[in-house]
Amino acid sequence: MQAGFEQPRTIEEATALLQKHGDAARPFAGGTDLLVQMRGGMRSPDILVDLKRIPELGQLEIGSDEIVIGAACSTASLRENAELVRLLPGLLEAAELIGSEQIQGRSSIGGNLCNASPAADSVPALVANSAVCSVAGPDGRRDVPAAEFSTGPGSTVLGSGELLVSLRVPRPAPDAGDAYLRFIPRSEMDIAVVGVGVALTLDADGTCTAARVALGAVGPTVIDATTAATALLGGPIDTAALERVSEAAREAARPIDDKRGTAAYRKHVAGVLTRRTVEIAARRAAEGN
Amino acid sequence: MSEDRKFRWVGTRPIRHDGIDKVTGRAQFGADLSLPGMIWGKLLRSPHAHARIVSIDTSAAEAIDGVLAVVTATDLPDDDPKVADLARNILAREKVLYHGHAIAAVAATSAALAERALDAITVEYEVLKPVLSLEAALASGAPILDEARRPKDMEDTGPTNIAARCEFSRGEPESAFAQADVVLERSYETQMVHQGYIEPHACVVQTKEDGLIEIWCCTQGGFAVRSLTASVLGIDTSRVKVTPSEIGGGFGGKTTVYLEPVAALLSRKSGRPVKMVMTREEVFRASGPAGGAKIDLKVGATRDGRIVAGTARMWMEAGGFPGSPVQAGAMCIFSPYDFDHLFIEGFDVVLNKPKVAAYRAPGAPQVTFAIESLMDELANELEIDPIDLRLANAAKEGTQLPYGPRFKAVGMIETLEAARAHPHYAAPLGKNQGRGMAVGFWFNNGMNSSADVHLTEDGTAVVVTGNPDIGGSRASMAIMCAEELGIDVEKVRPVVADTETAGYTDVTGGSRVTFATGWAVIEASRKIASELCIRAAKIWDCDVEQVGFSEGHCLPVEGSGLDHAPLSVADIAKQMARTGGPINGQAQLNARGAGPAFATHLCDVEVDPETGKVDVVRYTAIQDVGRAIHPSYVEGQIQGGAAQGIGWALNEEYVFDEAGRLENPGFLDYRMPVASDLPMIDAVIVEVPNPTHPYGVRGVGETPIVPPLAAVANAVMAATGVRMQSLPISPPRLLERLLGAGDV
Ligand SMILES: Cc1cc2nc3c(=O)[nH]c(=O)nc-3n(C[C@H](O)[C@H](O)[C@H](O)COP(=O)(O)OP(=O)(O)OC[C@H]3O[C@@H](n4cnc5c(N)ncnc54)[C@H](O)[C@@H]3O)c2cc1C
Repeated sequence: MQAGFEQPRTIEEATALLQKHGDAARPFAGGTDLLVQMRGGMRSPDILVDLKRIPELGQLEIGSDEIVIGAACSTASLRENAELVRLLPGLLEAAELIGSEQIQGRSSIGGNLCNASPAADSVPALVANSAVCSVAGPDGRRDVPAAEFSTGPGSTVLGSGELLVSLRVPRPAPDAGDAYLRFIPRSEMDIAVVGVGVALTLDADGTCTAARVALGAVGPTVIDATTAATALLGGPIDTAALERVSEAAREAARPIDDKRGTAAYRKHVAGVLTRRTVEIAARRAAEGN
Repeated sequence: MSEDRKFRWVGTRPIRHDGIDKVTGRAQFGADLSLPGMIWGKLLRSPHAHARIVSIDTSAAEAIDGVLAVVTATDLPDDDPKVADLARNILAREKVLYHGHAIAAVAATSAALAERALDAITVEYEVLKPVLSLEAALASGAPILDEARRPKDMEDTGPTNIAARCEFSRGEPESAFAQADVVLERSYETQMVHQGYIEPHACVVQTKEDGLIEIWCCTQGGFAVRSLTASVLGIDTSRVKVTPSEIGGGFGGKTTVYLEPVAALLSRKSGRPVKMVMTREEVFRASGPAGGAKIDLKVGATRDGRIVAGTARMWMEAGGFPGSPVQAGAMCIFSPYDFDHLFIEGFDVVLNKPKVAAYRAPGAPQVTFAIESLMDELANELEIDPIDLRLANAAKEGTQLPYGPRFKAVGMIETLEAARAHPHYAAPLGKNQGRGMAVGFWFNNGMNSSADVHLTEDGTAVVVTGNPDIGGSRASMAIMCAEELGIDVEKVRPVVADTETAGYTDVTGGSRVTFATGWAVIEASRKIASELCIRAAKIWDCDVEQVGFSEGHCLPVEGSGLDHAPLSVADIAKQMARTGGPINGQAQLNARGAGPAFATHLCDVEVDPETGKVDVVRYTAIQDVGRAIHPSYVEGQIQGGAAQGIGWALNEEYVFDEAGRLENPGFLDYRMPVASDLPMIDAVIVEVPNPTHPYGVRGVGETPIVPPLAAVANAVMAATGVRMQSLPISPPRLLERLLGAGDV
């Protein structure tokens, strides 16, 4: 396991390096996926392009309309921002689940998304919160919704020379709430059997006016479960709504049988977990009212 | 022989002598050593679970610049039937018997180059159908792993995957069942699991020009590595020197050899020291896990809870070569109970999985899962408290074991009573919670040990033994020496020595070190005490009979008429040269009478009825340890064993695909519990002294892994009404049963 190491200071330098070296280069954020894959022989890049020296990838900006999270911000640094934790508790919950204390010091949400594991924890929470990915490449910038960023296990929309700069999340209204739950057989240091991200808005009467439900680990990419979201709209989050959303999530899940669980089991748990996640998000939304 | 005496050091908790090195990272483990000129060895492993080796061509690998040696099984002698299986497990010959079976090795100037050179080796295989379950192995027409092998202790029925059979019987169980009011007949199953030691196997080996081989490695026994390596290489034992490193866990899995003979060959060919370190994946695929088992059990009891008869048939996975611990399992299954009519039959079964090695109380956890699950069901059926049911049948002093001998003093009843008296047993349970209990038994072992105690010039002491310190044994050795010499425990320096420094000592295993090697330390220290009396007699110019030794001092015995101030160990040590020279004590023994250890475990679980996830919320492990020399390390053993047993019960299992490839060769998907999965395990020490040991010590380390499998399953039953007779009780498996039960 040997590779060259570049530390560009600007996005332009980085994209130029990535384009020049093509497949031989790999963007490098925390390295908590990449180094493991290199040691395991799954990847053998010749050049690592470290993104952490590029100011834009390390920014964290909480604006009045939008929250911008640099792709290379460590999850530990996000956790330390109290305002962010207050605004997006579900996304932070998801980010905090990644690895241990040691991993948290390095791992990034950008890396979690770009690694494109179907089980990545922060991705359902990003999708539920309607995050948009800012992508930079040799031909300039473009935006990609988080829900469309991954195209399959290990693959993304990123083209040659492109990198993810930041994630832009609409600033949640005070009557909105989000949550993330994952199911693992252990209590930590495990990979999601199912992950569920939910963001929803309740009006003063408790009627759900907006909702998004995203399912992780039950398909080749995160599933933006629109039928589940629809099941919540236009009424209170009561037992019937919970039953509906749970059923819709079960339907939307497209899991496979593997060593981590049977398809039937994952479908079942997707329903259970969705109900529980919605309950937490609804409680948070109600508290904001 | 056990003495009733007041101890000064035994039972205290001094800081371990190796503690600073361990917590500062200075301690040298298997992979830490590097030698000048050292090169790296890597193994080529079979991509098939079962195949005939048609040909191996290593010429392209040998031609690579920087590749200094390539070896295959043809470099090993093949004439000693005693180590034929071991040798073939180390480097496959004729056939590969599991996915990951080593087939060739390369040594090169870097690990990466050695790895790349493996790709240049061409092996032609004739792929055979793999045998991946006990059922498949025993089916008629099953592919046979070794056509020439015939089972031991069994009628020859032609080629078979059964490698051996054992049987124990007493009385007339079949007719005795007629006297039972309740007869339960059940089948139980467990899967292959790994010890999960944190440190992968690693060694550095140097074969010198004169053929002498020096080995540095992590092992549970330097002498075992020495003899196994010498036998596999067909050379004299005296040609091999082994220096054990610190060891990051073994649990039985480091009592054999995988890398050392290969590294010795590579070193012989290349003339360089060779380092080999397994990856975690190699450890999972190709070291020695514990086999899965199937146990058919039948027990009959009277309405008042007396067992009248029991029969058990069991099959255990041995992996690619014979040697499952089925006989130990057969000897354990009924040992906690006292009843007259029994029949036990065990089968050692080979199949295309890694060859099993010892794992903490080998064979006992599997069979105890069966008997203790059944006892729980029996208690429910008879509406008897589960502790009372066990007390009504408990083995005690004089009870005859199914395999013949009678128990001396044992603590089964004492641990059960301590369990009942423990606040845990009566504590209220919450929603979705349930409580289970189970007992466990393990023989413990004695075996061969040596100890050397050297007195220094200032009256401190060095204790030299050959047992790698896995669970705090240095501290225990020092305590026992300090106790005998009456000096401070900090003044004793316990040393784990190489095979040319320490006297012969069997492995650190069988829960034997504190018992057997400790006993040798006591004897060696007593020899020093006797010698001190001789020296005092010289100093005082009196008869040695007039000198006694007590609490670190030589003093005139009462009625000797002598009037001398007591001489301390240090006083005499200072005068060693004048009174006859150095003072050393040496002792060796084949320790008999390792007292068996019983335990009772209490377990509370909480089950998520919607996902099938089981959380252990409270756990109490009570064990008769004979005498706790250093209680902290006794507690550590009890907690560690319980944690491993809980993992075995809940989530650990080898998952193979249809071709026999292990799908979870890493800690992400081989789900051992992490610290946050477990409550603080309350270790309760019960002391029923072992009558054969000078201090009453029994082995401790293995028994605690025996009860948890059933304790957890019984707790799950109490919480959900679902009895899991097949492990692991992973969320998908339990949920399936929970939903199934809901449908009924
Ligand atoms: C012990 C351990 C536990 C873990 N636990 C979890 C867990 O619980 N949940 C979970 O979801 N994950 C977990 N992971 C995986 C990993 O930590 C996360 O996916 C993490 O978020 C990756 O971030 P990183 O910055 O380290 O990514 P890196 O390893 O640096 O990168 C990951 C991939 O994305 C690419 N990449 C990174 N940044 C960019 C960018 N800005 N633009 C383009 N491509 C980019 C890299 O080239 C690489 O292919 C764990 C890993 C370990 C080692």
